[in-house]
Amino acid sequence: MTGAAIRMAYDGVVACAPVTVPYRRFSINTAHWWIGRALRDLTRAAGLEPPQIDGLVLSSFTLGPDTAVGVTQHLGLSPRWLDHVPLGGASGVVGLRRAARAVQCGDARFVACVAADTNHVDSFRKTLSTFSRFAQDAVYPYGAGGANASFALITKNYMNKYGARREDFGKICIAQRQNALAVPFAMMKKPLTLEEYMTARAICDPLHLFDCVMPCAGAEAFLVCRDSDAKALGLASVRLLATIERHNAFTDDPVQERGGWAMDAGELWQMAGVPPERIDLVETYDDYPVVVMMQFEDLGFCKKGEGPDFVRSHTFTTDGSFPHNTCGGQLSMGQAGAAGGYLGLTEAMRQLTGRPIGRPVAKAELALVSGFGMINYDRGLSSGAAILARAS
Amino acid sequence: MIEPLVRPKRKNPLKRTRQPLHPQSVRSRTAHGLTAAAAQGRFELQKCLECAMIFYPPRDACPRCLSARVPFVPVDNRGTLAVETTIRTSTDPYFRERAPWRVGLTRLDCGPVVLAHLHGDVREGDRVRLDLKLDKGGAPVIIALPEKDTPHMTDDRQLREMTCDPKFRRVLITDGRNAVGQAMARSFSEAGASIVFVGVADAWKPFPGQEALRKIARVEIVPLDLTDTESVAELAEQNGARTDIIVNTAEHVRPGGILQRHGLTVAREEMDIRYFGLMRLAQAFGPVMRSRGADGVNSATAFVNLLSVYALTNWPAYGAYSAAEAACLSAAQCLRAELRPGGVKVLNVFFGPLDTEWFQTVPPPKVTPEALARAVVQALQRGLEEVFVGDVAEEVRARLSVNPKALERELAG
Repeated sequence: MTGAAIRMAYDGVVACAPVTVPYRRFSINTAHWWIGRALRDLTRAAGLEPPQIDGLVLSSFTLGPDTAVGVTQHLGLSPRWLDHVPLGGASGVVGLRRAARAVQCGDARFVACVAADTNHVDSFRKTLSTFSRFAQDAVYPYGAGGANASFALITKNYMNKYGARREDFGKICIAQRQNALAVPFAMMKKPLTLEEYMTARAICDPLHLFDCVMPCAGAEAFLVCRDSDAKALGLASVRLLATIERHNAFTDDPVQERGGWAMDAGELWQMAGVPPERIDLVETYDDYPVVVMMQFEDLGFCKKGEGPDFVRSHTFTTDGSFPHNTCGGQLSMGQAGAAGGYLGLTEAMRQLTGRPIGRPVAKAELALVSGFGMINYDRGLSSGAAILARAS
Repeated sequence: MIEPLVRPKRKNPLKRTRQPLHPQSVRSRTAHGLTAAAAQGRFELQKCLECAMIFYPPRDACPRCLSARVPFVPVDNRGTLAVETTIRTSTDPYFRERAPWRVGLTRLDCGPVVLAHLHGDVREGDRVRLDLKLDKGGAPVIIALPEKDTPHMTDDRQLREMTCDPKFRRVLITDGRNAVGQAMARSFSEAGASIVFVGVADAWKPFPGQEALRKIARVEIVPLDLTDTESVAELAEQNGARTDIIVNTAEHVRPGGILQRHGLTVAREEMDIRYFGLMRLAQAFGPVMRSRGADGVNSATAFVNLLSVYALTNWPAYGAYSAAEAACLSAAQCLRAELRPGGVKVLNVFFGPLDTEWFQTVPPPKVTPEALARAVVQALQRGLEEVFVGDVAEEVRARLSVNPKALERELAG
């Protein structure tokens, strides 16, 4: 039944005005404060007044007890289209594709896509312990290792099955660190050597310190509107060639070794009308390097099981082969909660429009951004991907 | 292989006692199906009555056919440990002070993939048995055990967090004058308890079995009269901080219902020994036990109530007795809630008529004091919260779950 329906192209819709509110390790402010900062920066970057924002899609873990609707009153917005996307690392792609359809169909004209989370000293533990019903019933009481423990099992299984070595994961982390050195507010500011990576403190075998993202506070946002509106506002923008989204795929795999991308990648490339070789930069979701390797495979850059070899054959730096997570990704920037699911999108938009916060990728015209989120019990449930093109 | 436990040295009284912590114990209402099974030592997961799918974690509908008829039923607990990890850093204080801690994913032969604690003798790729336990917070958890028993396996550090094994623990048996108390002393001594304190009221009065009791290894007779608040408080002052398991063996069995009794003398007596005795014991020993739930190898671990199964439904032939037992059961439930923050379990042992003097006229099957004592030790070794001993007790349990009203009528004779 999959792929039976004809997908409509995202004609006439663009994404623009990417905003990153500089991250902080800990913040005494609330998620509402960070959302407010992001929306202020977004409206200024777009040249809009807040009342002109008539659509809002929001993602945040630390907004409780509020949801998106509470935020409208909190921030004085009166949108005619509202969505709350609690999908963690898949929030960016999913928010983008929903906003794009809303604009395309005329349900809203200017949709602000916002993800923000605060990080109080104890918020990480609280988020873990109440993350989901399955987490509460069947994960957190087992050592309370959080996502580290879940991804340790996934990483170990992948290493056992496909021969990946710690050095391969280290290479991904080191290349991203290299890319992050040009970003002033990245959490990680020093170069990372393979020796430092290999000898770092063990967290959950086989994961060590530099395999794990640092939780922090931050916000990301962008605007989705009609191409003609972006032009009228004088905004550099990107077009949306194709997107995919999938939840709870491959339930029969005893341990997760692929994400939902593997189910939908064919459709993604078909809809985009370009082959993987044409992509100039890739922004994957990188909460752990094993997930990056899975995305290379599942999105069609190499075959299943070839991830380790693929990693060995590229540099992943902005100036090298296969530019990847070009501002350092979450592994170097920090993971600002749900905003981590937006980082790849805002960075890709900046690269494609020639305004990166770090180093530019030469001749960046096409980008693939993928998201992955919500480890509910033993595996990440939500996956998504989008192919973006520089608007001519 | 597990290193055998070493008998703990005497504690330095100036050292701070580590405060008990426990893993998060909040569960969804459905997940308490696991609590019910773990409390009685069964391995149960949900099974769809329509499509027969067995699944985990607990859900409110079958993930294959969406049926809502998804009860917890006993399932095959065998599987293969697919992958393991060692958690070296945790956000939770309980696990933080117990790190490193091993967990892994087991693929059960009957289908589901289960994240479980790992016994020290299991390794990735091994065949394993899963067991449902109650953790230090009294919440249900699953542990992967080796396929076959291994030497010293109950000494495993992670497993021992979920059991109340008497090995190297100090036990107080509250009444050694009766056959049950004496059998209990023997069983705990054999199970490796480091001291078995046995309470005897009016020690100057001889009693049957006295000599044999004194000869049991590591038994120490202590003065204790559960009807005397001062006596209980005095013993708690001396021994409270070195009492890890309490087994209340005080009994008061008299036949007869409400109408056969003339006045309240006997009823007062049975309530004094059983219900108030339990309260005196709990008030004197409970607070210090609760504060010692994480006190090393010989931490405080269990409060054991021996209850007639007729605490659950009245047997009019022993009607007043049943009512006193019911009062004790209710108090035990309260005590369980109060001791849980300290990681101390309340084990309720439900037994049918005992093979003792006061059940002389009752026909078999009956429970011998030895069988009752063995069942108590085994239940503690497994970390249970409820156990039914003997055919009568088993039958009452089964019938209560089917038709309690029929049982009530038929017990009336």
